[in-house]
Amino acid sequence: MERPLRLIQANPLDSLARTIEALLVVASQPLTVDALVEACADEAERVETALGLLGERYREGRSGIVLEQVAGGWAFRASREAAEACGRLFERPVERNLSHAALETLAVVAYLGPCSRPEIARWRGVAVDSVVAGLVERGLIAEAGRGDLGAVRYRVTPLFERVFGLESLAALPRLDDFGGDAEQLRGRLETLAERRPA
Amino acid sequence: MSVRELELDLDAFEGPFDLLLTLVLREELPLAEVDVAGIVLAFVERLAEREELDLDACGEFLVLVAALLELKARGLFAGEAELEDLEPGEAAEELARRLEEYRRIKGAAEWLAERLASERDRFFRLGPAPLAPRGERRLAQQDPASLVALLEALVAEPPEVSLAHLELRFPPVSRFLEQFRAVLGRRHRFDFDHEVAGLTRVEQAVAFLALLELRRAGEITLEQAAPFAPIRVSREVVEEEVAWNVRSA
Repeated sequence: MERPLRLIQANPLDSLARTIEALLVVASQPLTVDALVEACADEAERVETALGLLGERYREGRSGIVLEQVAGGWAFRASREAAEACGRLFERPVERNLSHAALETLAVVAYLGPCSRPEIARWRGVAVDSVVAGLVERGLIAEAGRGDLGAVRYRVTPLFERVFGLESLAALPRLDDFGGDAEQLRGRLETLAERRPA
Repeated sequence: MSVRELELDLDAFEGPFDLLLTLVLREELPLAEVDVAGIVLAFVERLAEREELDLDACGEFLVLVAALLELKARGLFAGEAELEDLEPGEAAEELARRLEEYRRIKGAAEWLAERLASERDRFFRLGPAPLAPRGERRLAQQDPASLVALLEALVAEPPEVSLAHLELRFPPVSRFLEQFRAVLGRRHRFDFDHEVAGLTRVEQAVAFLALLELRRAGEITLEQAAPFAPIRVSREVVEEEVAWNVRSA
């Protein structure tokens, strides 16, 4: 019995998606849509649609490779289910042994940067020279020009966003949300000040 | 319990509290680097190990730590003279503001730490910057004829390099043998330097070989008063005549 010939309609974006896939495999940092548009010599809208197709193909639970939108661009990473095996084979030098002091310094630079070392020290109450140097060495912060007084200012890098899995710095929670019970603290201090002899 | 012997293990310092104080007072250790909270923690831990509360030690410790904190605060806010003029209420307000700011940053750091822990199972490729900067070199409009002329100049055969100056030409020794015999035929003696003046170094060397050859054959006598002094060449026969004259005299 003859079966009717079925014409399989190929998705017109398949070729573009394959090219983007190749570019993302070669890249070792997230690629922006603009960079992909330029490399593929195609339209932004088509590139975004192709990224959507790839996102569906490379998602958690479906593939060992996952496409994610991170640090202002698109990048491949290993799926979470492969993390244990990855951990046995690969080191994570950037975030290994990040101290509390380093995290506080990162928070200051991420929320208030670009800022200089004296400014960070003022926020944290301790000298931060060695902590800043360590973060620069890890590639989590980088120099971003000089301030009015000539001090080098620092900002967080795209690697910071990637390590912390942030699409961009806008994905950070609002700093005010960490305020806590500020009024109570203020009240206690005012009471102490009033008791102090003039 | 001696407060001054309290052993500390801080990021910036490791050793007894007494030594820390000495180093700070000598300004050999910047107080800004010292984590005062770490000192307090070490003291409290030491206290907890003891059954009785040592009030003297606590008092001494409070005085020392208060002094350290004041020194540190002055060091950190040295440039902020306006703070010194604040009324107690304003100072409390300022302090509260700063503590509030710090509390937010501390909260943000905690959020980052939690985030890091939750993202611990994300592995991705790390490498050096893979995107090479694209240098767009746009050349001005060029005239093909001038490019051809330049290329022709480049592909032209270069002139052959002469190695003539490297070639050593040795004249025959016999030439100088004949020359010196002829001179000695006319005169009894001559100065070697005078005879070879104007010749090349190679010719002078060959002439000297001829001289040695004549000396070996016993045809001449050589005299030189001192090293590098002129070499005087005499006919051997003449020397014998002189010797005979001396002996006969």
